[in-house]
Amino acid sequence: MITLTINDRRLQVQEGTTVLQAAKGAGIQIPTLCYHEALAPYGACRMCLVEVVAGGRLGLSASCAYPAQEGLVVRTDSSRVLKARRMVAELLLARCPNVPEIQTLAQEMGIERPRFHIEDEKCTLCGLCVRTCEEIAGVSAINFIQRGTEREVTTPFAVPSEACITCGACAMVCPTGAIVIEGAEEIKHRELRLGPAKAIHVPFLQAVPKAPLIDAGQCIHFRTGKCGVCERFCLSNAIDYEMEDEEVEIEVGAIILATGFEPFDCSRVAQYGYGRLPNVISGLEFERMCNAGGPTGGKVVLEDGRSPESVAIFHCVGSRDENYNEYCSRVCCMYSLKFAHLVREKTGSKVYELYIDMRAFGKGYEEFYKRLLMEDVIFIRGKGAEVTDVAETPEEQGKLIVKCEDTLLGIVRRIPVDMVILSAGLEPRQDAAEVARLFGINRSKDGFFLERHPKLAPVETASDGVFVAGACQGPKDIPDSVAQGAAAAAGALALIDLGKVEIEPITALIDEAICSGCKICIGLCPYTAIEFVCRDTTGIAQVKEALCKGCGICVAACPAGAATQRGYTTQQIYGEMEGALLAEARG
Amino acid sequence: MSGKNSFEPRIIGFLCRWCSYQGADLAGTSRRHYPPNMVPVRVMCSGRVDPTFVLKAIADGADGVLICGCHPGDCHYQSGNFNAMRRYPLLMKALEQFGIEKERVRLEWISASESEKFALVVKEMTETVRRLGPLEWNRRLFQEGQRKT
Ligand SMILES: Cc1cc2nc3c(=O)[nH]c(=O)nc-3n(C[C@H](O)[C@H](O)[C@H](O)COP(=O)(O)OP(=O)(O)OC[C@H]3O[C@@H](n4cnc5c(N)ncnc54)[C@H](O)[C@@H]3O)c2cc1C
Ligand code: SF4
Ligand code: FES
Ligand code: FES
Repeated sequence: MITLTINDRRLQVQEGTTVLQAAKGAGIQIPTLCYHEALAPYGACRMCLVEVVAGGRLGLSASCAYPAQEGLVVRTDSSRVLKARRMVAELLLARCPNVPEIQTLAQEMGIERPRFHIEDEKCTLCGLCVRTCEEIAGVSAINFIQRGTEREVTTPFAVPSEACITCGACAMVCPTGAIVIEGAEEIKHRELRLGPAKAIHVPFLQAVPKAPLIDAGQCIHFRTGKCGVCERFCLSNAIDYEMEDEEVEIEVGAIILATGFEPFDCSRVAQYGYGRLPNVISGLEFERMCNAGGPTGGKVVLEDGRSPESVAIFHCVGSRDENYNEYCSRVCCMYSLKFAHLVREKTGSKVYELYIDMRAFGKGYEEFYKRLLMEDVIFIRGKGAEVTDVAETPEEQGKLIVKCEDTLLGIVRRIPVDMVILSAGLEPRQDAAEVARLFGINRSKDGFFLERHPKLAPVETASDGVFVAGACQGPKDIPDSVAQGAAAAAGALALIDLGKVEIEPITALIDEAICSGCKICIGLCPYTAIEFVCRDTTGIAQVKEALCKGCGICVAACPAGAATQRGYTTQQIYGEMEGALLAEARG
Repeated sequence: MSGKNSFEPRIIGFLCRWCSYQGADLAGTSRRHYPPNMVPVRVMCSGRVDPTFVLKAIADGADGVLICGCHPGDCHYQSGNFNAMRRYPLLMKALEQFGIEKERVRLEWISASESEKFALVVKEMTETVRRLGPLEWNRRLFQEGQRKT
């Protein structure tokens, strides 16, 4: 430990600490500009000047680059310091009079107008960007050129640099906003899907575990081997760049499939203009917009940043439509009503709901619908026909025009609006067929997973021990998904609690006396449940009952007729047929 | 039963317990109409259907046989229906040799949710067999035997 004195206060600091760090640690403020805690000290801007009065090199020094020494005595507020600092600020203000950060700095020191020749620069030449590009990004795509008043930061020959990895670290570190990454400053609706994410981020607010992860494709450390800032600053040393994806095999006795749904792709309904017309957005994108942690900070805005004055919400997009899905997606009526309420609350804008039928089926849902009727939402009974930007009247100019049939009034309407929200239906996930096959379960006609029985076994499936819950079984809202999830969990627990597995009573049997040992059945069994055992001079096939699932494939294939199936013996099936045909003949 | 028009075909249907049998069940609970000419025989898998079952049904007086299994790749036992699929052409060859119209024996993939398809297949099958007329294979065999001797 080292003991030094700053402004008459005795401080103890670790070896290797700078005077600036020591002061900061003790709560003594020193203004800085070119200093950044992730970068090596540079000492260029002189903003952080302090006066060493004893125990070191006497006089004014940049505190960011001055190592703390035993017995050092420093003042940060002497008249010499203040005078020098004022000069630095005044020179900076003369160079960058229109940069708010510099204006504030100068104002704090009581400088109104600099006495020097006034320029109009944004860059203070602090070099943070240049050093970040070199030390952090490790690519040195930018550097200073020229000297004196001509000095500036640029790429070699001022042309777009091939070395640049567009990490944006330079723009982020620049204190005056002199570096701009083109297109990054405005919110674009197409980015609503994900919103901005840094190379290290918590995937989403509700993530479990709520720990940050590194996106290796974006992370500078993985791209250039440099940076490593998060590792340096993580207080609990939790960063490990060597960590790799692991495949873990877990033995389980029950499986719950809760793989959910996929929202209908609105661009399939070409006449609605999704993806083609600005301000036509999907329900999920509207949800992102309403999220306080999302890309618009929870504001409902148009692409140009304005607040909408009128919004149309289309029900049944991709649902109840022979061209896409015949079924009703169940959740969209209610979430559309929620949207209407949110738009009214956040913007006060006019809201039109275009619906075929209002399906407010759940507890409290009809009441919510009634409430919205009172909240001045305009309900139009009729499916949206088209969205266009071709105006026919002056008031349609610059608007989206919604065409629809109002079936209650019996007229075709054109409604100019600022924003259209498409309430997309729920579809089975694209990999649903593959997943169903993997787990040996069926799918219903609409492609969602099929339960064993709609009333008697609603979370069980054709495969024992495989349960379904949530929207993977069919469109449903959160309360229903949660209820089904709890039921599936109880089903799985019941199996676990039993501590043993009940096996099929219908298994195959091979008659030792008849089996000739041809092995045909062994190759056919999908469960390798038949083994070949030696008997005297020859061998025979034998069924391992615990493995046999009772399909009877071997029984049908056995040329000797040695194999039979419990409950489905050939005699039983013959008897069944004879009985049926006899009854028919008699009847 | 007199005359070809009032002929009611007798069809045995081997239905897989996991798919078409459930499809038939669903057809019932969905109140779908289909002719009552097919009598279902439940099997655990279409792979359990030994070709001799079909011959036995015909010998016992059936005019047609329907075999239904899960769609290829969807068999509850992974590959049972592939066995059915492979046996079917061989069975067809045998029927041809016996002089039995191949339309009388039909193999179909019907899933548990395809009650509509199930009803349609049974309807079609019944109409086809009705058109072909009674099979009465036993009598034919008997007559043929007499002609030869
Ligand atoms: C725009 C919109 C708004 C909505 N608003 C509401 C509302 O206000 N209130 C309401 O009650 N409901 C609402 N819903 C419905 C709600 O989203 C669903 O009820 C709910 O998401 C269903 O939950 P789930 O867990 O079954 O499926 P999901 O939420 O789809 O979750 C499934 C999860 O499984 C994961 N997964 C998929 N396949 C695999 C695999 N092979 N291996 C591992 N993981 C996998 C997925 O990544 C996903 O995380 C809305 C739906 C939409 C589209
Ligand atoms: S819930 Fe409403 S919007 Fe969604 S498909 Fe059904 S009727 Fe249409
Ligand atoms: S902050 Fe110390 S010299 Fe710039
Ligand atoms: S289980 Fe249906 S065909 Fe095999």
